[in-house]
Amino acid sequence: MAATSTGIFHRSYASELALRHTTAEKVRLILVALALLSVPFVVSPYWLTIANQIGIAVIGAIGLNILVGFTGQISLGQGGFLAVGAYSSAILHIRGDLPVPLSVLLATLTTAVIGAFFGIPALRLKGLYLAIATLASQEIILFVVRNWEAVTGGREAIVVPNMEYFGFAFRQDFHWYWVILPLAVLAVLAARNLFRTGLGRSFMAVRDQDIAASAMGVDVTRTKVLAFAVSSGFVGLAGALTAHYTGIVAWERFTLEESILYLAIIIVGGLGSISGTVYGAIFMITLPALITRVGQDLQGTLPGIAEKLPAVQVVVFGLVIVLFLIFEPRGLARIWQRIKDYVRFWPFRY
Amino acid sequence: MSDFLQMTLFGLSNGAILALAALGFVLIYKATRVINFAQGHFLLVGAYAFYAAIVILGLHWTLAILVAIAFAAVIGLIVERFVLRPMIGEEAISVIMVTIGLSSILAGGVQVFFGTSPRETPQFLPTGALSIADATIPWSRVTAIVVAAVVLIAFSIFFTRTRHGIAMRAVADDQQAALTMGISVRKVFAMAWALAAVTAVIGGILLADLSGVSAGLAGFGLIVFPVVILGGLDSVPGTIVGGVIIGLLVQYTAGYIGGGLEQIIPFIVLILILMVRPYGLFGQTRIERV
Repeated sequence: MAATSTGIFHRSYASELALRHTTAEKVRLILVALALLSVPFVVSPYWLTIANQIGIAVIGAIGLNILVGFTGQISLGQGGFLAVGAYSSAILHIRGDLPVPLSVLLATLTTAVIGAFFGIPALRLKGLYLAIATLASQEIILFVVRNWEAVTGGREAIVVPNMEYFGFAFRQDFHWYWVILPLAVLAVLAARNLFRTGLGRSFMAVRDQDIAASAMGVDVTRTKVLAFAVSSGFVGLAGALTAHYTGIVAWERFTLEESILYLAIIIVGGLGSISGTVYGAIFMITLPALITRVGQDLQGTLPGIAEKLPAVQVVVFGLVIVLFLIFEPRGLARIWQRIKDYVRFWPFRY
Repeated sequence: MSDFLQMTLFGLSNGAILALAALGFVLIYKATRVINFAQGHFLLVGAYAFYAAIVILGLHWTLAILVAIAFAAVIGLIVERFVLRPMIGEEAISVIMVTIGLSSILAGGVQVFFGTSPRETPQFLPTGALSIADATIPWSRVTAIVVAAVVLIAFSIFFTRTRHGIAMRAVADDQQAALTMGISVRKVFAMAWALAAVTAVIGGILLADLSGVSAGLAGFGLIVFPVVILGGLDSVPGTIVGGVIIGLLVQYTAGYIGGGLEQIIPFIVLILILMVRPYGLFGQTRIERV
């Protein structure tokens, strides 16, 4: 089946329910799958690290997009939820002596519960008031992490031992790639399917018009709390993975800047778009690495640029957010859509 | 008792600076309904502009203040014209993120020019300390209270007695009605940003004198949120009351309870206020029920 200029026509319910409709989409999916499978064999270890970071960021950013992009609840507290996921998984693994998969699973659930709790202000607030309230939750979570020394070790970082299974230690990026990739794919599929269920639809109804949603029988209170829980679950998983992948958990990693990075990912990728979240994660995680690379290449012509690089990265980070919001508020997902349309209708404009 | 007095004086001076920072925030919100997450970074830019004028250009401090104020006003105008004006009518999340992006640009820009190591501003406020009944307070803090009071009074007069001030209030109240009365909403928006940047410069200079010039100044922008939420997002007198309450609360918590609780007590107050009375003590009751 192909997408024609008049739309996509289905002949059976099965074809309508499929996630991929057109031949072009299926071909692209196969190409992407092949690319993902070949990445660890092709790229250098440095870029493989980046690939793993992207994988984790995809999981966390999907969680945030479920909340912000699909349910319309602004949250500046993702750093705090990442911290909850990372700390609970590390503590359950080290102190509770649980196997890593179990501790990661429990950490995901813990973060979901805590996320639902911090979602309670959303029942009374929206828009910028909610943003400020979640900012406060972030500060409060990090304060608890820093000061609850008996459990979190306070300001000291927790060192997480390498994961070891079947006499095989997950030490290199190559090993971790095969852990993170399936989880990221699973997260994408789960989120994609979530918005085909009643629950996912009720999220979007609350985003578009909460009063209308409630008039249609959507329980707004329950939906908002669930949105916070589901979203935080994804974020908690991302946090738990960071803990075991990097082997170190320190509160400095989960500050407001981390929350802003995740917001930037979904803004640049596209609010309310799962594929956009993936593009956004790739873009925002690769960008600093690319700037560093370019800076190193310019070292010969522009001496002294190396020490300016961190500052330049901060400026570019801000510029990317501002420029996307001004010129393409719907992000990379929309740009990709426009490119596809351009090719499809060529030589006509529309 | 002297401890109490000491804490009260320090709390008052911190509160005065907080009120100044919050004033810029309220100016922008009142006129344009934009939450400016970059307000702390305006403080930062103001402090560095002053530092550059006095140390690098070698100006006298009175002249340096004027240069820094002019510079900040220009930055405020540029930001309004090129960043915020295209965002008119966009969703809350976009407007919030654009100011966050802006704060990143400002922080990075300062870092490109000045690096990350903190700078010492040359002493220009009176040094020494004032003793009041067992408590001592540095003169620089007394100056901070006085300057903040003067600026806040000046703004109150500006809003009630001058043409431009009244025009700003008109726009804040009802944009369409203001337009029909011949007020240029665009000019008012531009003026709100420029004035906010100017108040941030004054706050930044005072703060820099107390704690040195470093990137940490921007963190001050976060404690502005509890102040404005407590006082009411669109209330100028609210900034004074909010600033003083938060300033005192932080000092008393640090003195009597301690344990780092003073870092988050403003945020706990913030959540409580948001849950109970989201429009703050003096804000206009306009919040939507959800």
